[in-house]
Amino acid sequence: MSAAPPTPPGRRPAGAVITPTRVLAGLCLFAPFVGILWVGSYARVEPELIGIPFFYWYQMLWVLVSALLTTVAYVLVRRENRDRAQQRAEAGDPR
Amino acid sequence: MNGGVNGVALAVFVFFFVLVTVMGFRAARWRKAENEHSLDEWGLGGRSFGTWITWFLLGGDLYTAYTFVAVPAAVYAAGASGFFAVPYTILVYPLIFTFLPRLWSVSHRHGYVTTSDFVRGRFGSKGLSLAVALTGILATMPYIALQLVGIQSVLDVMGVGGSESTHWFVKDLPLLIAFGVLAAYTYSSGLRAPALIAFVKDGLIYLVIAVAIVYIPLKLGGFHEIFAKAGDALAQKDPATGKPRGELASGPDAQWAYATLAFGSALALFMYPHSITATLSSKNRTVIRRNTTILPLYSLMLGFLALLGFMAIAAGIKVDNGQLAIPQLFENMFPDWFTGVAFAAIGIGALVPAAIMSIAAANLFTRNIYKDFLKPGATPEQETKVSKLVSLLVKVGALVFVLGMDKTVAINFQLLGGIWILQTFPALVGGLFTRWFHRWALLAGWAVGMVYGTLAAYGVASPTQEHFGGSNAAIPGIKETGYIGVTAFVLNVLVTVVLTVVLRAVKAPDGVDETRPEDYTADAPAPAPRPAASAGAPGGDAGRPDDDRPEPVPAP
Repeated sequence: MSAAPPTPPGRRPAGAVITPTRVLAGLCLFAPFVGILWVGSYARVEPELIGIPFFYWYQMLWVLVSALLTTVAYVLVRRENRDRAQQRAEAGDPR
Repeated sequence: MNGGVNGVALAVFVFFFVLVTVMGFRAARWRKAENEHSLDEWGLGGRSFGTWITWFLLGGDLYTAYTFVAVPAAVYAAGASGFFAVPYTILVYPLIFTFLPRLWSVSHRHGYVTTSDFVRGRFGSKGLSLAVALTGILATMPYIALQLVGIQSVLDVMGVGGSESTHWFVKDLPLLIAFGVLAAYTYSSGLRAPALIAFVKDGLIYLVIAVAIVYIPLKLGGFHEIFAKAGDALAQKDPATGKPRGELASGPDAQWAYATLAFGSALALFMYPHSITATLSSKNRTVIRRNTTILPLYSLMLGFLALLGFMAIAAGIKVDNGQLAIPQLFENMFPDWFTGVAFAAIGIGALVPAAIMSIAAANLFTRNIYKDFLKPGATPEQETKVSKLVSLLVKVGALVFVLGMDKTVAINFQLLGGIWILQTFPALVGGLFTRWFHRWALLAGWAVGMVYGTLAAYGVASPTQEHFGGSNAAIPGIKETGYIGVTAFVLNVLVTVVLTVVLRAVKAPDGVDETRPEDYTADAPAPAPRPAASAGAPGGDAGRPDDDRPEPVPAP
C-alpha cells in the first residue's frame, strides 16, 4: 500500500518519476509492514530479554527500526528533491 | 476507591490543573497574529507551527488519556491482543510519510482547513464532502467523550467523585469544572491552547512512564517475575466462557485479528479530523516529514505503557472496571505525591486531545455544513464565530453523553467511529494521488463500507454485551477472524473501483477539480535546500521569525 513513494502525477519531468532513490525510499517505508503484519514470525515467548517475552521486545525493537528506516527515506527524498531543484534552477526553470 | 480522598495526590493534581488552565488562557497571546478573526488563526494556530511544536501537538493529540488508560487496560484484560496498539503506531508513520505532505501542500495552496474542504475541491462534490464531514464529526464525538472517561477514572481512584449514593451533581462536579475550564480556554485561545499545554502534558507523561517502568518492576521483583505471574493469571479459565483469559504471545487463531487491527487502525488514524487539524497547523512540508521520523518516540513510550498492564496483573490489582487498573496500580505503587503527578499526566492528557478534537469537529461543521449548505457567503469572522460556538456545543454534547449514558455506549461508539472513519480513506488518500475515482463511486463505496461495518459490529456479541462486543468478526471468504474496519474498507474499495469503471464507461459527469498537479508538491515559502522562513507565503504568515529551531521545552 505504501510501497510506492509519492509520485506526483503529471509533474513536468525533471527526471523520471520512478528513480532508484525513490524505489529505495519506498522499500524503507514498506519494510515495517512486512515485519509487523507477519505476526507468526514473532508470536512466541522465548527468547526473553531482561525477562520480557520475545513478542513484546521484538515489536518494540521494530519501533526503533521503523523510525530509522523512515529517517533514511526522509533523507533520501530530501536529497533527491534538492538535486532536482538545483537541476531546474540550472535549466533556468525557477518553477 | 480505598475509601476517602487521597489528599496529597489531589493537591498535586489540582496544582498541575491550575497551571495548565493559566497557560490555556495565556496561549491566546502566544505567537499572536495580526488577523486573529480568521479560522486559520483560531482553528489552525495560524498554520505556523515548527517541528517541535508540531511534535508535541501531534503527540499530545494522538496519544490521548484514553489511550493511556485503555491500552494497558486491554493488556491487563487479555494479554497479547491488547498490545496491538504498538504495531499500529509503528505502521502509522511510514504510511503518512507517503501522503500527508501532499495533503499539507494542497491545503496550504487552497486554504483548506479540513479534509472535507479538500475532497470538495478535488472532486467538485458537495455530497461527498458532506459525507466525509459527517463521518468525521460522528467519529470524533465519542472520542471526546472517552477523554472524559479518562479523567473520570483518575478522579474515581483519587476518591473524588463520591460513591453511587452521592447526589449526581456533587459526584460529577469535579468533571464539570474540568470541562468548563477546558471549554473556556479553547473558546478564547483556539488551537494555541492545546499546543502550549501539550508541552506540560507530554513532559509529565514521559516522566511518569520512565519512572514507572523502572520503579514498579523493582518493587515487583523484575520483569521475569512479572511475566511469570501474568502468564499464570492469563492462563486461568474464565468461568463464563471456559476459555483462558488471554495469552502472552498471540496464538495462531488470534494472529489475523492482531495484524488487521494494527493495519486498519494505522490506516484510520490520520483520517480523524483532529490528526489533520494538528497536521495542517504546521508551517511547511518538511515539518511533517521530519515529524514522521521523531514521532515514533511516542510509540516506544506507548509500548512501555502497555507493559504496565502486566504489572497490574502481577501486582494483584483487582478491579471491576478494567479502565481503573492502571490508575489503581499507580496509587498502590507510588508515594502519594507522585501518584498526583501521574494522575495529573492522565488528566491533562485528556484535555489536550479533547480541545483539538472539539476544534476539529467545529471546523468541519463550519466549513462543510454551515458554509457549504446554510450560509454560503459567510465571512471569515462569521466562520470563526460559528466554529467557536460549535466547539462549545460539541463538548457539551460529549459531556451529556458521558453523564447521561452508560460508559459502554461511548466505548461502543468509539469502536464504530474507528470503522466509520476508515471509510473516508479512499476519497481522501485516493484523491491525493489520483483523479481517476469517480465522485459517485466514492460516495457509494463509502456508504457500503459504513453500512457493512455498522451491521457487522452490531452482530458481535461478548460475554457482557449482546451487540458491539468487539471489533473483530469472521472475514467473509476466508476462515479467519479479522478487524471489521478492514473488511469494510476492502468492500468499500471494491465498490469504488467497479463503479468508477462503470461510470466512466457511461460517461457520467465528472466534478470540477480546482487543484493542479503542482499544488500537491508545493512547499510553503522558500524551496529547498534550507527551509528558510517567510517571504510571500500564501498562508499569510509572511514576516514571522523562523521558528523551526527547537522551541524551549519547559521542564516537566
